[in-house]
Amino acid sequence: MFLRLLPTLILMLALVSVVLYLIPEEKLTKYMGEGSGIAGWATAALFGSVALIPGFIAYPLCGILVKSGVAYSIIAVFITTLMMTGFLTLPLEAKFLGWRVSIIRNIISLVAALLIGLIMGFFL
Amino acid sequence: MKKLQKYIFPIVFLILIGLSYLFNYSVGEKVGLNFWMFFKEMILFLPLMFILIGLFDVWVPREKIEKHIGKESGWKGTGLVILLATLQAGPLYGAFPFAYILWKKGCSIRNVFIYLGAFSTIKIPMLTFEIGFLGLKFSLLRTLITLPVFILIGYLMEWYLKDKDFEVKQP
Repeated sequence: MFLRLLPTLILMLALVSVVLYLIPEEKLTKYMGEGSGIAGWATAALFGSVALIPGFIAYPLCGILVKSGVAYSIIAVFITTLMMTGFLTLPLEAKFLGWRVSIIRNIISLVAALLIGLIMGFFL
Repeated sequence: MKKLQKYIFPIVFLILIGLSYLFNYSVGEKVGLNFWMFFKEMILFLPLMFILIGLFDVWVPREKIEKHIGKESGWKGTGLVILLATLQAGPLYGAFPFAYILWKKGCSIRNVFIYLGAFSTIKIPMLTFEIGFLGLKFSLLRTLITLPVFILIGYLMEWYLKDKDFEVKQP
């Protein structure tokens, strides 16, 4: 199973590496920073959904974003989509769940992440 | 030939990264650094995951899974599956093979998706890390709000897939 997954895994990791290079922290701060409003939410959801990034990278990244003035509710959206939805990882997910179900799971997770952000914004 | 085709992209990618290092092309070097970081994680983590899956497959009998996290398991099953997921570590792509083995052994659709949700968003080993970077209040609040949300996703997926012949496949 491992060896059969390896080409897909490497492809996925390669794409994630390129995406991570293309969107450096400064850009994220610019688009999600203070007073970004709806655009900030959209950026968080969009960039967060592109890749599945594990917690040990996502948390430090979000720590930096908070220090640069990004709102906590936007961070919540970003972090949840980072970990829960990944459109680049869809080919891998589809091997287990099938394309239709994988796409549905990702879309539902995206909506859920926005909901989590809204509730977080209410509290923080 | 088809087998070879699958490897073309990874090989081309690695050659490009290699060339970037050779000629000090900084874009390629940075992408290569990112790739190495992810690759290290995968190589350290996935074999462990597959050993765990293998042991789970041999040691845990189907009846136990069916009874505790199967179709009729209720809240206790949900709790168990969340506990199982939150104690494991690693990125979400490692959870899919484990979800497959759970499914094979009779875990319900709802619990498979709750497992995936819990695995991706809440990890006990990562919680200290999150608190360190984002603070206690944020981390606790996020955990408490996320928990019911992905349980709901589990119910939603179950309701949607219940008469659709859904199965978790082995790739």
